Amino acid sequence: MPHPTDAPTRYTATAMALHWLLALALVGIFAVGLYMTSLPFSPARLKLYNWHKWAGVTILALSALRLLWRITHRAPALPAAVQAAMPRWQQIAHHGTHHLLYLLFFAVPLIGWAYSSAAGFPIVFLGLVPLPDFVPVNPDLAELIKPWHEISAYALAALVVLHVAAALKHHFIDRDGLLARMLPGRG
Amino acid sequence: MKFATTFAGLMLAATAALAQQALVPAQSEIAFVSKQMGVPVEGRFKKFDAQVAFDPAKLATSKVAFTVDMGSASLSKEADAELVKPVWFNTPKFPQAKFQSTAIKALGGGKYEVAGKLDIKGNAQDVVVPVTLTQSGANTVATGAFTIKRLAFKIGENEWTDTSMVADDVQIKLKLALTGVPKL
Repeated sequence: MPHPTDAPTRYTATAMALHWLLALALVGIFAVGLYMTSLPFSPARLKLYNWHKWAGVTILALSALRLLWRITHRAPALPAAVQAAMPRWQQIAHHGTHHLLYLLFFAVPLIGWAYSSAAGFPIVFLGLVPLPDFVPVNPDLAELIKPWHEISAYALAALVVLHVAAALKHHFIDRDGLLARMLPGRG
Repeated sequence: MKFATTFAGLMLAATAALAQQALVPAQSEIAFVSKQMGVPVEGRFKKFDAQVAFDPAKLATSKVAFTVDMGSASLSKEADAELVKPVWFNTPKFPQAKFQSTAIKALGGGKYEVAGKLDIKGNAQDVVVPVTLTQSGANTVATGAFTIKRLAFKIGENEWTDTSMVADDVQIKLKLALTGVPKL
């Protein structure tokens, strides 16, 4: 019977909920981002741009909660057997990918927010709550920031693909039970 | 002879009172704020002129007019390219917007109400522009703001008539620096 003070062997329900909710949100917002930039100047595009910004700010806030939860609730360590079977490079990739994902969870929306502000389009959440501009309105600054939102979003997408591929590899090839730690039900 | 010179003298004196009232474009500004899904987006017109014959002691005969080069609108690089199109300003057909005052009322303390006709895109509407005049040295600065309903001027047609996307209310902000205005 696991003792409460034992190191955790699976993720908490909160961590799981945040993980899957944000996973869905990130896939969705990426798709909207790709689609909306393909549209001509139109009310439809204006609507999608604003929804994209509201979703981005929401994801930023949820990511902050997620990080706070992670800091205060230890994530399960790799089981000894799994770690022993993992080459050193893979362990580095395992930790590195997670750290980079967390970094980009914040960088991507913050860069987007900065770009929107610099371009003279402050974010008004749900069309009701004005959010602050933490960079000044400056067309030259906006041009400078603009490409980085897309670049960092693509980097995040690439890491997500890597993360999903690795999780599936652990589940179907290594059969080491790692994926089950992030799924509700028996560990 | 005497009558002619006196008359000429009086005419000179009259025109001298309203001598060369002119706009100082470098110290003036005409801006507009539109709300897109709740987001206030501000733009300005880079080219405009004002024709002013304003005497605080003779409001009944005073006149204020300004013309705006609609093609000089500056909002964002992309918006500027769109604003000239027929659904928005249609600048090829209506290159200028015009305001012509019909009555000026003093409210005291340097505050005035300028009633007049605003003509944009071939559509005219009566507006009242509240302004505050402040004078320092030879300069008089008139600042004021008023709201127009863009749909009344057919600004934003077809799919853009949806006011949940771009609000009907557009705020116009004026700062007109003038020389030659008599002391208030």
